[in-house]
Amino acid sequence: MTVTFDEAIARDQRIEPADEMPEGYRKTMIRQIAQHAHSEIIGMQPEGDWITRAPTLHRKAILLAKVQDEAGHGLYLYSAAETLGADRGDLTRRLIEGRQKYSSIFNYPTLSFADVGVIGWLVDGAAICNQVPLCRSSYGPYARAMIRICKEESFHQRQGYELLMTMMRGTPEQRAMVQDAVDRWWWPSLMMFGPPDAESPNTAQSMAWKIKRHTNDELRQRFVDMSVPQAAALGVTLPDPELRWNEARGHHDFGQPDWAELKRVITGGGPMNEERIRRRREADSDGAWVREAAAAHAAKGMS
Amino acid sequence: MAFDDAYDALTDHEDDARWAYGTGFSDPLAGVPGDLPDGVDRADLAAYCLMLGDDALILSHRLQQWVTRAPELEDELALANIGLDLLGQARLLLTRAGAAEGRGRDEDELAMHRPPAEFRNVRLAERADDDFAHLVARLCAFSVWRLELLQRLTGSADPMLAAIAAKGVKEVTYHRDYAAQWVVRLGDGTELSHRRMAAAVDALTPLLGELFQPHPVETRLAAAGIAVDPAGLRAAFDDVWAYVLATATLTAPGVAPAVSPAAVLPASSSPAGAPSAASGGRDGAHTPGLVEILDEMQALARSVPGGAW
Repeated sequence: MTVTFDEAIARDQRIEPADEMPEGYRKTMIRQIAQHAHSEIIGMQPEGDWITRAPTLHRKAILLAKVQDEAGHGLYLYSAAETLGADRGDLTRRLIEGRQKYSSIFNYPTLSFADVGVIGWLVDGAAICNQVPLCRSSYGPYARAMIRICKEESFHQRQGYELLMTMMRGTPEQRAMVQDAVDRWWWPSLMMFGPPDAESPNTAQSMAWKIKRHTNDELRQRFVDMSVPQAAALGVTLPDPELRWNEARGHHDFGQPDWAELKRVITGGGPMNEERIRRRREADSDGAWVREAAAAHAAKGMS
Repeated sequence: MAFDDAYDALTDHEDDARWAYGTGFSDPLAGVPGDLPDGVDRADLAAYCLMLGDDALILSHRLQQWVTRAPELEDELALANIGLDLLGQARLLLTRAGAAEGRGRDEDELAMHRPPAEFRNVRLAERADDDFAHLVARLCAFSVWRLELLQRLTGSADPMLAAIAAKGVKEVTYHRDYAAQWVVRLGDGTELSHRRMAAAVDALTPLLGELFQPHPVETRLAAAGIAVDPAGLRAAFDDVWAYVLATATLTAPGVAPAVSPAAVLPASSSPAGAPSAASGGRDGAHTPGLVEILDEMQALARSVPGGAW
């Protein structure tokens, strides 16, 4: 017995590639998965820039493995998008031509090695908050990819926090590096959950299709509540004078990020937007002759 | 793992079960006796471990420089993976070097606080890649050579070196396969890729002779059954290298003898018994490529005295 798309969604069943689905759902899924894939690939750069400079071989190995995981996440996600009829090469072109977005968090620079730790703790932490519910997303290939990705992200978060713990036990200069990195990354991390619900036009449809399970503001609150005790254990101050526990709500109250800055960064005005895309464009054009050669060689084998 | 509670108890260091992969990694050398074999010269063993460790560390660095710049995502993954394998080999070998030396230097002290002239890697490892053809040509030649070396080293009288080599054989077998496939694809791809692949092979050929020149440390340790005499690898290398190049429709240029490049760095004072004139990377005579690598690799570690990472 065939089940219609609406029945499957109502029963919390997964939608699989061969199932019929509304064109809007297909387009929304491709866009979301592609943006997620692009974020993994662009996200390799801020941390990747520290691999060759890592201060110990242990940290170098961890960082290299982490950046490799991100390439792997990009690969599964592009594959998930391809199950919907998208083409990886086409999605890459959309990225380097600025026609598809990636997470704005990666448009901030990594200024010290403490940034590697803070990206693991806060940025990967925020990503986990966003992504854990996606393991129950209605589109099967995406949900299954997210399970594996979340497992690796939890490892990434752990290594970041552990690096910060170690640095906080080091020299006063290192403790200052950690606090400085927290000061720079806290607000951009809160922005990772997207605009406030009142200004998030796509949320309602995505929730109805069970692509998204929680609103931006719900996830942001969860992230703040989780991060506060971690910051205390670490011995750093989160740079928000309005941050305090609200007994009545059972949650922390906190200040609003600078939403004008988020808009500016999303629309290309962040400190590193040009550099991030330039690097990807260069890798793509520098590698074109290699891909052409591989295709030519493969064609000889088939003739 | 309860996904909705991924954050729970993050600050509780007693419970590792919540992490996807646990905390620790299994020790690839668990159960291998760490004592030095009877009669081995500690300084020689330390120098030998540095040679093989530095080869891996420096080539790993060159691969790390490709991260985010590979021509295709699959190659991003492969190059990072190979870089990680070599880094892992380097860490084991540098740690063994420190133990053999007996002066309390660990892997990081050796990696981050030696000047260029105390590095013992072959110069093939330090060369910068002009393009992807140079990357795969060098990786292929290096892996063909290192695989032959590690296979023989599994029979070393030093059980630790034998165990490190056995682990490395599995890894380098894949590195050789990955690189050789690209040499073939590029050599037998388009007219442009053929030209670039041929140029890359020509460029590295002058650096190959050094791979087979025994250093006095290698000669002494090979006689004691601990090291591999690199001169004995030449025939096997030539066979595989010629086969790969022929499959790639390239001709194998003769393997040139090691020549000191015009711009070599002064070597450190040679250990007793070593030739006084520096002849190659094994003696600490390097190209500016190594200085560039060490400037990048060591700067942060040196900039925070007493730092904890």
